Amino acid sequence: MAFEGLSEKLQSIMQKLKGHGKLSEKEIDSALKEVRIALLEADVNFKVVKSFIEKVRERALGSEVMQSLTPAQQVIKIVHSELIELMGSTASRLELGQEPPIVIMMVGLQGSGKTTTSAKLANLLKKANNKRPMLVACDTRRPAAVKQLETLGTQIGVPVHHVEGASPEQIAKSAVEGALKSGRDLVILDTAGRLHIDEELMQELERIKILTDPDEILLVVDAMTGQDAVNVAKAFQERLDITGVILTKLDGDARGGAALSVRAVTGKPIKFAGTGEKLDGIEVFHPDRMASRILGMGDILTVIEKAQESFDVEQAKKIEAKLRKQEFSLEDFLVQLKEIKKMGPLGDMLSMIPGLSSNRKLKDLKVDEKQMSRVEAIIYSMTPGERRRPDTIDSSRKKRIAAGSGTKVQDVNALLKQYEETKKLLKAFGGGKRQKMRMPGIF
Amino acid sequence: MGILGLIGKGLTKTKEALSKKLGELFGGRDYICAEDLDELEAMLLQADLGQSTVEKILSELKSRMEADGKADRKVLEGIISGIIGEILSASSKTEIQIHKPHVIVLLGVNGTGKTTSAGKMAYSLSRQGKKVVLAAADTFRAAAIEQLEVWAERAGAELVKHKQGSDPSAVAFDAAKAAINRDADYLIVDTAGRLHTKSNLMEELKKVGKVIGGQVESAPHETLLVIDATTGQNGLVQAREFNKAIPLTGIILTKLDGTAKGGIVVAVSEELGIPVKYVGVGESAEDLRPFDAKEFVEGLFKVGEVDNAVS
Repeated sequence: MAFEGLSEKLQSIMQKLKGHGKLSEKEIDSALKEVRIALLEADVNFKVVKSFIEKVRERALGSEVMQSLTPAQQVIKIVHSELIELMGSTASRLELGQEPPIVIMMVGLQGSGKTTTSAKLANLLKKANNKRPMLVACDTRRPAAVKQLETLGTQIGVPVHHVEGASPEQIAKSAVEGALKSGRDLVILDTAGRLHIDEELMQELERIKILTDPDEILLVVDAMTGQDAVNVAKAFQERLDITGVILTKLDGDARGGAALSVRAVTGKPIKFAGTGEKLDGIEVFHPDRMASRILGMGDILTVIEKAQESFDVEQAKKIEAKLRKQEFSLEDFLVQLKEIKKMGPLGDMLSMIPGLSSNRKLKDLKVDEKQMSRVEAIIYSMTPGERRRPDTIDSSRKKRIAAGSGTKVQDVNALLKQYEETKKLLKAFGGGKRQKMRMPGIF
Repeated sequence: MGILGLIGKGLTKTKEALSKKLGELFGGRDYICAEDLDELEAMLLQADLGQSTVEKILSELKSRMEADGKADRKVLEGIISGIIGEILSASSKTEIQIHKPHVIVLLGVNGTGKTTSAGKMAYSLSRQGKKVVLAAADTFRAAAIEQLEVWAERAGAELVKHKQGSDPSAVAFDAAKAAINRDADYLIVDTAGRLHTKSNLMEELKKVGKVIGGQVESAPHETLLVIDATTGQNGLVQAREFNKAIPLTGIILTKLDGTAKGGIVVAVSEELGIPVKYVGVGESAEDLRPFDAKEFVEGLFKVGEVDNAVS
């Protein structure tokens, strides 16, 4: 039972109800039934779902269907905007303006990713905010937790404070007290992860809070968490009055309904999203994108932004000019391929595109990164003249190129064909006719 | 308290939560009717049971309610435990034959408790007088090797390790050799946590499996997916993908001592027929317990106990 896109499901239900005008109660209810299931399948807590659906229903009743939309789209639109509102409509940042040292306390269940996230956050604040962070290993319980933080600290060049044999409270306190003296203006406390019903842990965290007076207390939540997310969030909120949430493991394919539950229960913003195992895998959390993801509509905005970041504007202009002059060569083709490579593993990109994320066949499709290096080898085995004028490449040249690049003539042929197709495609986008570029629709 | 009693302790949370909900549903009446079905559906979903199992329960219930539009608590619980019990016990029928060395590979997404489970398993087998070799094939996560080292010491098991960042297949290879040479009874391989969406990491896992198979005949004999009880519907996707990479023989359901209900294993068992083998119910070495399907279900819905536990 794969997750079908919610929008597809709704379309099929409402196909018969194409009439415009006011949304009828019947239309709304049948649509909301699907929305409800979609949210539950995305792991949004059922109580949160219930109150959310009631709210949407109220707003949808009697609302005009816009000319351009079908009733199904109208309902989705309302659902989407309500979701964004519930999640907080803008990205929320850390409070870093206070007097140094700034203290950030990380809390959460075991296995949610506190230690890795602590290091990622230190790395981010060091690079983006010119902070001089210090990591503090307060998890004295889990075997090798201190060692883990120390290893990560070394990787990002951030010192790790730990006192062997001391209590977590003492370690935290001494770190905060000594931070400024050792030239550190930001302290990140990595606390022990245990269950939220573990009274001993909660008291320990409360004591650390009193002793260090943190500017931020961030709850680290695994994006794959199910219905229990509300209990966890509630417990940490009640005991520690957290200031924000970091959602981890968002690079997987979990729909992340926990985000909505946590937000609804705590009322606190989700500030960051953890993506990937590398230490730069952390980004500012965008509620609007999360709303799309929970609804199973993919994360098209992230795709677009990533593409924008990676593509060199100047480079793109040059290529456009070349296309106009019919000068797009294999060298340019290679540059294009490298640009695409910069956007990250192609598989990751594909999974963020609506429709593709739920398409099982496409999901299994492997984008072969080795293929890329083969293409490079083939192009580098050509003479500069051949690269500029691929039409001069005859069969004996093909044989030579194949031998030079350690490939087969078929590979060379395939590449040349791909090049021709890319040329056509680029022309359609940017060159002569200037066709309207169509992004896949969100609804 | 016997072993089964202790599992019961871990499962109490599951039982309390779901049964308390059932109590609310009945709200003083001794039956439920058609209007209550939506609420019941939500409750079942809340245990992370998954849509397909829940639908099964509801349609069965509806057909039982056809006569007078009502169902009492006994009927309802009979249906629920019947369906869940059937799913869980159907998948647990396959017997695992013990080899020597018997190779067990633990796998799963990040942070579910693979290393801890490997350690607990080694501890319990050593206590039974078995000779255990642990393989630190999580060469990615910082200090994962050190963490397993601590467990190996506790368990009195031998640890085969390489440096962090080295090839996990090489670790598996050496560990398999060591297990054979030392005439070990068990080889437990701890692998790095990986998201099932990362195809390169899934390939790496396949390779680990192949390398072990090359050393020990018909190994790995058990491949256990470690799932965190807090996991939601994504657990099913995880199981599907890991099962594709290396056919799974079982599940370890960890962190069941919290408030999470772990209902996702029912969905996994239902779709993939993979049985739950062990449950993790605490942090100490003894807290990994064999899973008992019948008891799991009984624990969920025993009426008398429930009412006492709730009040």
